[in-house]
Amino acid sequence: MNGRRSFLRGFLTVLLSGGTIGGILQILPSKADAREAPPKGQKWYGFGVSIEKCIGCARCMDACKNENNVPKEPFFVRTWVERYITRKNGQTTVKAIAPGDEATPEAASDRTILRSFFVPKLCNQCANPPCVQVCPVGATFQTKDGVVLVNEKTCIGCRYCIQACPYGARYLHPASHTADKCTFCYHRISQGQLPACVEVCPTQARVFGDLNAAASPMSRFLRMNKIHTLKPGLNTEPKVFYANLDGEVR
Amino acid sequence: MGKFLEKFPDPLARLIVVVVALAALGAFAYFVLIPKPVKDIEKQWADAIKREKARPVRYAGFQACEECHGEVQAKKKTGYHRDLSCETCHGPAKAHTEDPDKVKPTIPTARAFCPQCHAYNPSRPRGFPQINPVAHNPLKPCTSCHNPHDPKPPTTPKECSACHGEIARMKAVSHHVQLECTVCHEAPQQHKVSPRSVKPSKPQSREFCGKCHGRDAKEKLAANAPKINLAEHGEKYVCWQCHYPHSPEVEQ
Amino acid sequence: MNPELIRSLQELLPQIQGYIYPNEIEIHWGLLIVVYPYITGVVAGAFILASLVKVFNVKEVQPLYRLSLLTALAYLLVAPMALVSHLGHPERFYEILLTPQTSSAMAMFGFVYAWYLMAVLLLEIWFVHRTDMIDMAEQSTGAKRLLYRVLSLFSKDKGERAVAFDHSALKVITIVGIPSAFLLHGYVGFIFGSIKANPWWSSVLIPIVFLFSAIVSGIALVVLLYMIITPLTGGKINMKCVDKAVDFLFYAVIVDFSLEMVDFIHRVYQSEEEIKILSEMVMNKLFASLIIIQVLLGMLVPLLLISLTKIFKKRFSLNEDMRKMVYFISVILIQFGIFATRWNVVIGGQMFSKSFRGLTTYKMEFGGIEGLLYAIVLLALPIAILFVLLKVLPPWKELREEGETGAEALGSAGM
Repeated sequence: MNGRRSFLRGFLTVLLSGGTIGGILQILPSKADAREAPPKGQKWYGFGVSIEKCIGCARCMDACKNENNVPKEPFFVRTWVERYITRKNGQTTVKAIAPGDEATPEAASDRTILRSFFVPKLCNQCANPPCVQVCPVGATFQTKDGVVLVNEKTCIGCRYCIQACPYGARYLHPASHTADKCTFCYHRISQGQLPACVEVCPTQARVFGDLNAAASPMSRFLRMNKIHTLKPGLNTEPKVFYANLDGEVR
Repeated sequence: MGKFLEKFPDPLARLIVVVVALAALGAFAYFVLIPKPVKDIEKQWADAIKREKARPVRYAGFQACEECHGEVQAKKKTGYHRDLSCETCHGPAKAHTEDPDKVKPTIPTARAFCPQCHAYNPSRPRGFPQINPVAHNPLKPCTSCHNPHDPKPPTTPKECSACHGEIARMKAVSHHVQLECTVCHEAPQQHKVSPRSVKPSKPQSREFCGKCHGRDAKEKLAANAPKINLAEHGEKYVCWQCHYPHSPEVEQ
Repeated sequence: MNPELIRSLQELLPQIQGYIYPNEIEIHWGLLIVVYPYITGVVAGAFILASLVKVFNVKEVQPLYRLSLLTALAYLLVAPMALVSHLGHPERFYEILLTPQTSSAMAMFGFVYAWYLMAVLLLEIWFVHRTDMIDMAEQSTGAKRLLYRVLSLFSKDKGERAVAFDHSALKVITIVGIPSAFLLHGYVGFIFGSIKANPWWSSVLIPIVFLFSAIVSGIALVVLLYMIITPLTGGKINMKCVDKAVDFLFYAVIVDFSLEMVDFIHRVYQSEEEIKILSEMVMNKLFASLIIIQVLLGMLVPLLLISLTKIFKKRFSLNEDMRKMVYFISVILIQFGIFATRWNVVIGGQMFSKSFRGLTTYKMEFGGIEGLLYAIVLLALPIAILFVLLKVLPPWKELREEGETGAEALGSAGM
């Protein structure tokens, strides 16, 4: 009787502790995250935004809505452009621009402006995406080439991913009642074309390419500029890189 | 089975039966009744990728127009709009490439179209050509003076403010309002044609500003300008390291 | 497409202060997601109260034992309704069971919920009532008899061995049940607390605060129900029982309040980047719901009232009715307070922009699935279910007995 009891005790101990240790190891961030050399020829898409080139014309917003069936109302965007104005008193105000905005009141000279610029924003297609982590049904996932997609056939519309995105990149599509967001125009880039926003940008403020390519606009962008990402402290490892990003930008 | 269950107390035995029945039912439902695609996440992802790739393309891309509109492309290639895609102004044109006669892209001629990029806005980058749409040749369509495929202005702009709108506007309400840009900057004619490759000159030394602001300044224009001792004022820095020349602030 | 939605979003536009990301104008987790943690909170709290009897042998609250279990069950059955109704595609809810993402707290929660419901609550209720169900089957006829036979799983054994097993099983289940109840509601807190994108939610303390406010709301609700049901069904309120339950409620409120104070002090002291917009939000948008309802009316006033009854014990013990009134008011205020707590967490977390530069507004609809009407229905439904449960598994014998004598008398009936 004692032998059986002690055996059971030992067995349970091993089982429980093994299980606990295994469970803890599972949830710790794996060392093999996104830093391994990818197999030859494997694309890993990234995006570049040059702040000093953006003229805030909002043609990218138009093109995206045209290309991707995004509702035309201003409440749903896959990409948008913010306008920052820092005044001499240190206050910064931000506004999202809309295509067809009237010339602003600052059209006349405004001596109180210290710095002002436009910041295009879109889904950062994070390498460590918090949205993928929280999706209960696995409807949002990361493809092998680094694009985060939403499977609109299985999305249950719980909106957890929308809450988990630190960048406000996601919205619930009012027609399909599923989560939606920028896909880097996956249907275009799979055919070797550029995303619609990159296509129509008149000043080449937006750059797209394979981060693993040896020579591309992306590689030059990453070489020639001081690079920043949005909210790096959250460790989402965004793949949209900003050149000359001002510290006021969130 | 009954014998086996008799070993357990009555409530436990009944619960065992219920749990086993539920487990069996659940297993049957999961493994037999539920079709594979519903359970297989990898397949769902693969299907989603396939569906995503099959979405219709609306923008044809910058290379698609060359085939039929080669002469326009040739003209555009050397002008200021060479970096623009055709579809930046003409809108999505994939449908046009598929049926060129039936579907035509838009040709924007309204005066409101060009100011979307070119209206003055202090947030726009320095040197980007901007105009005041209200004051700049009002009522005339933009295309009457500017060919959109080679939009150089009909005459080379005399004023720097044509491209340097923000600087001009700032200067216009500053203490330096009476100074022409050329007082401090020498701009070769080539700069107006090829702005990025040929830049205007900038003053290099404190003495330059001293021509008006030094104690012994002789410039007539500088009669009322504030004067400082060039040798002592501002330590080792050049003037524009503290003062913004286009809107020179002074301590009150 | 959805003209209702567009219209309501259009109305929100002028109410935006500062800058919000364009997609943030739509508040995604609305009233239904406020109702949900309130309901699961009551489940956890009611169960903890029940376990006070079984595991910690607090005999004075014995009369509340069965009532708490049935209350927990009634609320647990309604909880998933709030969640499924809220989904963009409720008909796809089964996917969470078939292809759950193991990294998602929401997915894993489905299994925690199922475990808790089946293995803990239903089992405990079954074991508690088994012998009574056998009795009631014997005493009924027809459909009612069949009902009890089915519910008791056709058991007829009231012998010593079976009853002894009932006892020990109950003990084990309740012991397992306490961490399960903690997990059930702690998980809800974790679902919020693990979202690093949202600094109002992202906090180690959120699961703990959720849990303690759950305990508070559960105990308060069961006391409230007891105080209403007993006189309605011709019984007399057992003040010893209520006093003891309110004791525990009092301590729970103190712990809950302290935890929330710690969270507040911690945030203000650390003064991280988001503190500016969060303070603005609390003072502008959440002032009524947080300062007035949650803190003042929901915690401080009940604390004060109950403290008064403790301080003036001698004076009040003469006047039982006064004490009853104080308790009654306190537990009602606490319900509002805890509901406001859920509101402040869920809605508050979405009223400020993740750009930290702006605030928006939540406009509660009246009709529709996210509307006030449906929420009230969902809050009332557990009461209706409880009504049915009390008819099927009446707790009157236990409820009516006076404190300790009751416990002894029931000792032979398998309790």
